[in-house]
Amino acid sequence: MSDNFLDVKNLKVHFPTDDGLVKSVDGLSFALDRGKTLGIVGESGSGKSVTSLSVLGLHKGGRAKISGEIWLDGEELVSATPEHVRRLRGKKMAMIFQDPLSAMHPYFTVGAQIIEAYRIHNKVTKKVARKHAADLLGRVGIPQPDRRVDSYPHEFSGGMRQRAMIAMALSCDPELLIADEPTTALDVTVQAQILDLMRDLQRDFNAALIIITHDLGVVAELSDDILVMYGGKAIEYGSAEDIFERPEHPYTWGLLGSMPRLDREPTERLLPIKGSPPSLINVPAGCAFHPRCAFEGRTGGKAGTEVPELAETEGGHLVRCHLPREERRAIWANEIKPNLESA
Amino acid sequence: MVTYIIRRLIGALLMLAVVSMVTFSIFFVVPRLAGVTATDFANRYVGRAATQETVVEVAKKLGLNDPVVVQYGRWVKGIFVGSEFDYGSGVEHCPAPCFGYSFVTKKPVWPDLLDRLPVTLSLAVGASIIWLLAGVAVGVLSALKRGSLFDRGAMIVALSGVSLPPFFTGLIALSLFSYGLRITAPGGAYTPFSENPAEWAYNLILPWLTLAFLNAAAYARLTRAGMLETMGEDYIRTARAKGLKESTVITKHGLRAALTPIVTIFGLDVGILLGGAILTENVFSLPGLGKYATGAIAAQDLPKIMGFTMLAAFFIVMANLIVDLLYAVVDPRVRLA
Repeated sequence: MSDNFLDVKNLKVHFPTDDGLVKSVDGLSFALDRGKTLGIVGESGSGKSVTSLSVLGLHKGGRAKISGEIWLDGEELVSATPEHVRRLRGKKMAMIFQDPLSAMHPYFTVGAQIIEAYRIHNKVTKKVARKHAADLLGRVGIPQPDRRVDSYPHEFSGGMRQRAMIAMALSCDPELLIADEPTTALDVTVQAQILDLMRDLQRDFNAALIIITHDLGVVAELSDDILVMYGGKAIEYGSAEDIFERPEHPYTWGLLGSMPRLDREPTERLLPIKGSPPSLINVPAGCAFHPRCAFEGRTGGKAGTEVPELAETEGGHLVRCHLPREERRAIWANEIKPNLESA
Repeated sequence: MVTYIIRRLIGALLMLAVVSMVTFSIFFVVPRLAGVTATDFANRYVGRAATQETVVEVAKKLGLNDPVVVQYGRWVKGIFVGSEFDYGSGVEHCPAPCFGYSFVTKKPVWPDLLDRLPVTLSLAVGASIIWLLAGVAVGVLSALKRGSLFDRGAMIVALSGVSLPPFFTGLIALSLFSYGLRITAPGGAYTPFSENPAEWAYNLILPWLTLAFLNAAAYARLTRAGMLETMGEDYIRTARAKGLKESTVITKHGLRAALTPIVTIFGLDVGILLGGAILTENVFSLPGLGKYATGAIAAQDLPKIMGFTMLAAFFIVMANLIVDLLYAVVDPRVRLA
């Protein structure tokens, strides 16, 4: 049992393949309450999308080997039957997908797709459901919703499609809403609108919200907590303030350095993280990040041999790093932060 | 949409005009180039016993000495308003649509074609329903149980279905079911549906199955491939995320998209089949258009071949048109300006 609304404990999602076992998610734990927002941040292949699909039970029946516990409002989902999880999907927990053009069925109208989602869990007539769909479209800011209900997804702009996708996810008042890269496929101006919309809606619906993104900027203003993932594991987890004001993991520093900022001089270069994400079949020995880490030499050789523990540094702020706490803080204060600010 | 339909209709008519010119050239102009004279053509009507003068006289009466364009014009005119024929035994009227007189039977071709059409129609409609249902069902099951024993078995059967021609499978089926087990008709008979539906089906069941086996195999493979692709799409994941039952996800969201290309091919296949299932009709001695055509070719009865070709071309052009229009109905992204 768990006191939190959503409590994920030691979640592992492994995919057996011909080349070996892909450990997409390897021992992940996090918790979330109603009305709160968690941002899960990481590069492609860090396991963030796989995590969200596991919560919804969309890996069940497939090839994935899932272990650990997922508690949602007092119910454990990993051991629940697929049929039981199906009944929760859409109603108790819903998902907003990344690319709304491919995530919406091209042959059905937007309205029909929202109506379908609503009528799975609510025994109402088509007419009532249609009214509900139009109301939702209006609620997410689509003009003339009574008319646009009958439009096809390809007749919408990218931003409108994402709004419609959000309307579809909200159709049954879900208590847990997962948004997987909700703004990645959109123009920057539209991104801001969608993020505003999601913030407003979350306040109104009082749902627990998980935003999955590779862009720290997206979660900066929305999130209460932030979980940074690397190679299927959490490497830093804390409040948004912890992550932005007192980050302690070299990878998080890298993410912050590679985030474009308007208050910087346009001539300044971004500070990208060197190298590329690790293979999930042959995860580097020791700390998965050490081949790309600039401070790997200061760990006394442990980086390449021992897997670091996710340990608390202060007040619920967790970091998975071999560097001693004082050294991390010193590096952040003296080497990283001044660079980010002066840049 | 209406302008699109009109435009496509005009296009279809132009296509048929081109087909008529090409076939007319092949059958009446090319032989001339190879040395066949007007009197040789006339000979086919009057028979070898006639005197040289009669032949020349008949050639003149039939206008076989006129320029090709005039002859083609006369032939087209016959289709629309009918024409007069005189091949030696007095003027005969051939009412519209007149596709000419058979060399052999000395009768207009069109009524013959009309006679044969119901046979081919029965064969095509029955077989196409069987192969569509069977092919799609097997294809969907194979895709959903990919790699299973059923999938492998079905795909091996499908491969053999695609590879084995009807004159092989048809004869095997005949010897097995008609002559061995004696549960189906031995072929050669056709009873119109209006006379006796049960006998109609009894006579056609084996040809249906033979023809359906050939096409069902192709459709099973197509459906399987389409289904595998569709079930991997993002919108299928969305459908599952809504909490839909898996059966609804498959039938409503998956099949709907996977079947679109099937609809296209199905329309064209039925169109082609209406022009005669040549092999199947011959194997089972069904008096349909295909059998008619092979008979005409064997007897070098050019007017019959011309008439048959035009009818077959008409079905194929129409099937194309219907498929294009249907496509716009099935896939809303193909809305036509």
